[in-house]
Amino acid sequence: MSQATSVPIAGSRPYRAPATRRSRSATSGLRWPVLVLFLPPALLLFTIFVVLPMGEAAWYSFYNWSGYGLPTQWVGFKNYGFVFANSAFRQALINNGLIIVISVLVQVPLALWLATMVTSKISGAVGFRLIFFLPYVLADVAAGMIWRFVYDGDFGLVAGIAHLFNVDSIYPIADKNLAIYAILGVVVWKYFGFHMMLFIAGLQAIDKQVLEAAEIDGATPRQKFFHVTLPLLGSTVRLSIFFAIVGSLQLFDMVMPLTGGGPFNATQTMVTFLYSFGVMRMQVGFGSAVGVILFIICVTMAFGYKRIFMKND
Amino acid sequence: MTDAPAVSNPISFDPGRSVSAGSKIYLYTSMIIIAAIVIVPLLTTALGGFKTLGDLRGDPFGLPREWQWSNYGDILFSQRYWLQMGNSLLIACLTVFLTLLCGAMAAFTFAHVKFFGSGFLLNYFLLGLMFPAATAILPLFIRVRDLGLLDTYWGVVLPQVAFGMGMSILLFRNYFRNLPSELFDAAFVDGAGYLRFFWYVSLPLSRPIIATVGIIAFVGSWNSYLLPLIMLNSEGKYPWPLGIMVYKGEFATDWQLVLAFITLTILPTIIVFFLAQKHIIAGLTAGAVK
Repeated sequence: MSQATSVPIAGSRPYRAPATRRSRSATSGLRWPVLVLFLPPALLLFTIFVVLPMGEAAWYSFYNWSGYGLPTQWVGFKNYGFVFANSAFRQALINNGLIIVISVLVQVPLALWLATMVTSKISGAVGFRLIFFLPYVLADVAAGMIWRFVYDGDFGLVAGIAHLFNVDSIYPIADKNLAIYAILGVVVWKYFGFHMMLFIAGLQAIDKQVLEAAEIDGATPRQKFFHVTLPLLGSTVRLSIFFAIVGSLQLFDMVMPLTGGGPFNATQTMVTFLYSFGVMRMQVGFGSAVGVILFIICVTMAFGYKRIFMKND
Repeated sequence: MTDAPAVSNPISFDPGRSVSAGSKIYLYTSMIIIAAIVIVPLLTTALGGFKTLGDLRGDPFGLPREWQWSNYGDILFSQRYWLQMGNSLLIACLTVFLTLLCGAMAAFTFAHVKFFGSGFLLNYFLLGLMFPAATAILPLFIRVRDLGLLDTYWGVVLPQVAFGMGMSILLFRNYFRNLPSELFDAAFVDGAGYLRFFWYVSLPLSRPIIATVGIIAFVGSWNSYLLPLIMLNSEGKYPWPLGIMVYKGEFATDWQLVLAFITLTILPTIIVFFLAQKHIIAGLTAGAVK
């Protein structure tokens, strides 16, 4: 950026200089090789494996189809009716909502709190930063597996803690009332580091002089945070919440090793529901309807959120 | 600007002020508690792999009474561990290579070549950013099956590349556009075409963004679970996230073996993370900050 703007005539549109235009027209015949060679690979892959399947999901969702031959049995909106009538799916919707709420109310503030701590001028802060980011680097499956051990009432850490206090052990992920909260804990554990990194980047972009000015005016650290830092971090907070929402809606990998959606569908998310009811049973029409619903929810939330909260960012 | 947000920069946020002793205690106590919550599950997993099942049952926190090196040894000398790590590595490398190649080429045309429909086409790719991969997983499965790619590495690699295309084109394009335009003029005066310019000028100057896109693609592929789960059938082709689930299924309650297995599968990630933390943190947050 800085290099491009150092040439006044180039400005923000670097290739509009007259000299460039002349040389470009001289070589314009050579545009075709680059278009023919460079665009098609990306375009083909993206169309075949992303865009077409999405369109097909919408199409298949109107059929009762096992996936072999051609879909012929048109059922209209019945698949959608079945999806919403399914109590496991309604539970999945509630769970996804709960994951969003916890992500926004617990994870984001926690991440912000930690970001302010690891950016303060004390030794070892960078080391803590690394440790806090570590869970985010691990695969969801590995994190789920590790926490399955932690939550194991016979051998895991839960058992050890119960043993320490001499009480009966509990089995959080086998209990249909507790299981979803156990999963929420892992979600926070796994993802707060990512949000913390966003906030660190945001904090480092704040002009130090503003804070110094507040200090000279006698602001306490608390006042400085709530009246100077936090308002200046607005766009980062909104971005962080955006990622929390989008990520929460797609939660799958971590739930599979922990509970697989059980016990009694108590921990289904929309994607685990799609997997266990659509993919496992090869109900292509039904599963596609779930996919379309998920897509609509994601896109509506993402666009709606951006429209309402991020229009100035 | 595109590649490295100052995330890993060790300069502290509030350099003017030194921290008082009281708030130091508060800071360290809070951070140590959170760090313990992060570390203890990982540490007990690694230690648990050295224990006997009985030892684990009595005392999951403490050090092993007798170090069972054979738990780890048996896995390290087994073929399945190396096979699934190799599968993951192969799938990830193919994904990275194709993502870089296709992404950089397409982004180059968007950044430098003017053509009819360019803006529309770019938005078409960026649509992929909004898009949860899981929604179209059934049609994708049928597509891959009809192409005869089921149970092949390509059946996993190609969809992964396709889903990463939006992000990599975005990152590459922004970077290419910010390269100084004089380079472009000079190259054209010297008679270089677009292809030579791409190969001899754009790419060599783009190492930081190649690293960023490569890291995003590699980590995504290395950790990927849903796509291989649906596309691969034979255990010999399973990457490690699937392998770990199979292993857990086989040794259901032999937690000491499962823990050793988990530890060994996440060990490469942890080592690489600490060796290249600066690049990895910058890479993984770059996509978001954009």
